[in-house]
Amino acid sequence: MLSLHSYLILSAILFSIGTVGVLIRRNAIVIFMCVELMLNSVNMTFIAFSKYLGNIDGQIFVFFVMTVAAAEAAVGLALMIAFYKNRESNDVEDLNLMKW
Amino acid sequence: METLFFTLVAAVAVISALMVVTCRNPINSALSLILTFFCLATFYVMLDAPFMAAIQVIVYAGAIMVLIVFVIMLLNIRSEAGKRYTHAGVIGSIIGVLLLFLTLNFLNKSTLTGAHGGLDTAIINKVGHTEIIGRALFTDFLLPFEITSILLLVAIVGAVILSKKKI
Repeated sequence: MLSLHSYLILSAILFSIGTVGVLIRRNAIVIFMCVELMLNSVNMTFIAFSKYLGNIDGQIFVFFVMTVAAAEAAVGLALMIAFYKNRESNDVEDLNLMKW
Repeated sequence: METLFFTLVAAVAVISALMVVTCRNPINSALSLILTFFCLATFYVMLDAPFMAAIQVIVYAGAIMVLIVFVIMLLNIRSEAGKRYTHAGVIGSIIGVLLLFLTLNFLNKSTLTGAHGGLDTAIINKVGHTEIIGRALFTDFLLPFEITSILLLVAIVGAVILSKKKI
């Protein structure tokens, strides 16, 4: 049987890749997808711990994370469409109205 | 055998996650992300969580990614112009590598406490994973479940208001 560590290392790698994506990309939708990637790597950590600790609570948390991600997708994409209608751009560097 | 399978699927997951970050065209990023989600669903099956694998495929790869691809096509986003060197790229990569190093360091030092909740593969196969999830969801986690439904309602209202003509 695989050890818990292999799953945790894989999800650490995926989380770091997602973080790099959020930091270096400019397109708002790609940043959003990288956030989804980070959420998924955390989900895998939850499920791996749930299996190796013999407790179902981690999977319930994954269920709630998925629900929140669905709500986030609906509102976030509506925001991006509204932003695109105003600015004709999807670049986060054009989102500077509140910049000090 | 299991280790070999894990290594293969993990390699596919990491490569497709890297492609999400590096592809210039957002459609390619979205398709790579779907591939990553399928790899994660495979891991969920390996971790005795078939219900989670099913909703990973149905909700994430099915619903959320279709929404994202739909918006990318609706806005007709072109590929990003290739810029040679950016400070954000270098600094972001350094921060990512540092984060990975820190996490792996933390993982190497940690051990499990050994406490076990009593749920194992035999019980999951006998009772059924969906039934176990359902029991926990409607008894111990009933209040969060109801709050989640309110959250979804608020998200629907928010999405409808945000997509009105004049905002």
